[in-house]
Amino acid sequence: MAQDNFNSTTVAETDFEVRSLDTMCVNESHLTHRWYHNLKYAAVGVLFGIAFVKAEIISWFRIQEMFRLQSFHMYGVIGTAVAVGALSVFLIKKFKVRTIYGENIEFHDKTFNKGQIYGGLLFGFGWAMTGACPGPLFATLGTGAMAISVTILSAIAGTWVYGYFRDRLPH
Amino acid sequence: MLEFLQQPWPWYTAGIIIGLTVPALLILGNKHFGISANLRHICAACFPAGVKFFQYDWKKELWNFFFVGGIIAGAFIASHWLANPNPVQIAPALATELQGYGLTDFSGMVPAELVSWESLFTLRGFILLVVGGFLVGFGTRYAGGCTSGHAIMGLSNLQWPSLIATCCFMAGGFLMANLILPFILQL
Repeated sequence: MAQDNFNSTTVAETDFEVRSLDTMCVNESHLTHRWYHNLKYAAVGVLFGIAFVKAEIISWFRIQEMFRLQSFHMYGVIGTAVAVGALSVFLIKKFKVRTIYGENIEFHDKTFNKGQIYGGLLFGFGWAMTGACPGPLFATLGTGAMAISVTILSAIAGTWVYGYFRDRLPH
Repeated sequence: MLEFLQQPWPWYTAGIIIGLTVPALLILGNKHFGISANLRHICAACFPAGVKFFQYDWKKELWNFFFVGGIIAGAFIASHWLANPNPVQIAPALATELQGYGLTDFSGMVPAELVSWESLFTLRGFILLVVGGFLVGFGTRYAGGCTSGHAIMGLSNLQWPSLIATCCFMAGGFLMANLILPFILQL
């Protein structure tokens, strides 16, 4: 099941992030599907990517306006998204909504560690510098601004360096 | 219809679509919305290099690569066939400030003078695109998520560690944009 590779005996002492903190498959489907079942996630991604571009969420300028309090736009986007997301999660829990395969939908609590503060601040710096968080980085590539691929590679390098040094970082 | 789609979408339309991504992924297959995890999965798939953090079955996360692939395709569709023919409106105060740094091209989603191959070879472009990208990758994983995993998915599930992370994202952004970025943009 889900804990196969991250069982408590091997990684517990160092796995500060723990699976539930990350967006890894903490509650992946226990069913196995052929690869093309993943196309439905691509379809959700297409809609999501269109919204990113059409509402100018991937705009470097919108992000600068947000951090300078010069525009309400991004606050409206994130606020509405959280409200809709929270209402959806509430309804899923209340009515015990199941997946299309009939499985229970599971939620896991995140646990606090200092990484959310240090890492959060560092990511905030990067967000204001690049004008993009990870989703918009990929979407910007789709709009044809190919130089952003260097930023994506650099973000992959940053993730790798974190993975390499994480045991020595305060959490 | 096409004309309607070509206009920039208001914040509530985008907010609703992004918010609905949360239940869509949950109902389609018990998946938790989160994009920065893909950066980790790429490391696990391509350069695990014996690092414990990257030793897991990344193939189980294949769905997330499909999701990101969809985002890239959606962005391509929107920018090629649904593009807004008018220039992007930006706040006058921001335009004035950026002009002071020699940034005058506001026609695209990203400032053409900053996000370009030539810019990468300037100190300013290198710091913003390469160092900035590194901080995005390092910081999101250190924090255990990004705007999607913490600010949207985490807050939707009323997780207080996600609220702390989100506040730190914003605090870092405010500090950088207002206190440090002006010096970098002057380079």
